[in-house]
Amino acid sequence: MKEIAASALTQTIKDMFLELSYVGGKDLMCALDNARTQEESPLGQLVIDQLMTNYQIAAKERVAICQDTGMSVVFAEVGQEVHITEGSFEEAIQQGVREAYTEGYLRKSIVRDPLFDRVNTGDNTPCVIHTRIVPGDTLKLTALAKGFGSENMSALKMLVPADGIEGVKRFVLQTVEAAGPNPCPPIIVGIGIGGTFEQCALLAKACTALPLDQKNPDERYGALENELLERINALGIGPAGMGGRITALRVHIRQAATHIAGLPVAVNICCHAARHATRTL
Amino acid sequence: MKERRLNLPFDEDTARSLKAGDPVLLTGTLYTGRDAAHKRLIALIDAGQPLPIDLTNQTLYYVGPAPASPGHAVGSAGPTTSYRMDAYTPQLLALGLRGMIGKGLRSQPVIDAMKQYGAVYFGAVGGAAALIARSIQSSRVVAYPDLGAEAIHEFVIKDFPVTVIIDAHGNNLYETGPKQYRKDMP
Repeated sequence: MKEIAASALTQTIKDMFLELSYVGGKDLMCALDNARTQEESPLGQLVIDQLMTNYQIAAKERVAICQDTGMSVVFAEVGQEVHITEGSFEEAIQQGVREAYTEGYLRKSIVRDPLFDRVNTGDNTPCVIHTRIVPGDTLKLTALAKGFGSENMSALKMLVPADGIEGVKRFVLQTVEAAGPNPCPPIIVGIGIGGTFEQCALLAKACTALPLDQKNPDERYGALENELLERINALGIGPAGMGGRITALRVHIRQAATHIAGLPVAVNICCHAARHATRTL
Repeated sequence: MKERRLNLPFDEDTARSLKAGDPVLLTGTLYTGRDAAHKRLIALIDAGQPLPIDLTNQTLYYVGPAPASPGHAVGSAGPTTSYRMDAYTPQLLALGLRGMIGKGLRSQPVIDAMKQYGAVYFGAVGGAAALIARSIQSSRVVAYPDLGAEAIHEFVIKDFPVTVIIDAHGNNLYETGPKQYRKDMP
């Protein structure tokens, strides 16, 4: 049995949201560097230059990379030998989000009701929490700040088995093309395939927090990731949607067992500022 | 690429001289406004009431900035997606709104109204929010302070980097740009 104090969990969540809001990942900087060398459009090159300068300013001055500091999402893998002491697990996470957004000059973007009462909660809570209980005595946390420019361009479709691989490709390309300049390209495309309606969406969301250099371990899906990336970039949307070779930096796919009658596909689009962090307690 | 410099506010003739695809550095004053502020402006127009700001020849920046940290005029302040303002925009263009800064697609009624009244849609780079904030020298709330980040602010800007996306003749870089780089794949 390992004990983790709720206050330590709060501090970790706070640190993660501050860090991810100010500092772009090394994998992202590397991907943008590559994109800059591949981009042929003069306007596209200008956009990537601005983005790279922006990441430098944000990290150096410790200010938000983007004013949309997102809706907070936490994936928690809780070892079954872990005991959270001195408080509630979920409230500790909410408190970490609250402290990061109110003390870190991050924008508070959450309204308490989607339809009838769109009043800002004032501290960016509630955070969306996905918890899994796993073997072991560690607590692995992945935090994401999800901007809604790209979230709004995401889509889910319940394909049928007959749609097959071609149907999946068609749906992904349609979704990215319809999004055009809106989700702040160059984008990262997270694709969930299989499972149920909600599991498929969760897989797609989790994809947006993967390291950009990580490939799907199943080489068939790895090849599909590469093909989709090539096809997305062939759309010509380009950086900021102004035309160019680089529309997406990466396509990630995660798949799951599904029903004999189903082929769910979820496409979660993430802007270039894929802000995420992972820590283990 | 060589940027053209433009002072805000600007008139219809100047608007009609800008071309889709031109990179431009903006200097002067503009107003901010997004979903909630637009909704209130339109409610006033529909009720026949005066607006809290005169939009003639003015530019609206679709933005909800992050809070300013000490030593900064504003927090990070990149563009939000413009299509959410489309339903309101033609009425504001009819009142003389000359420029809009945002990111992403616009509807045909907006483009038609831009051609009719002589207005320009500029794109700022989504996610370049800390860089853009450096070109904002001061900020003050001029209407709807209760909306917080969504209040209408007046920004004094210097060399704010944008690109003309849709010009007053209806040319649209979001169509011509991607067409130029599109590759057909089997």
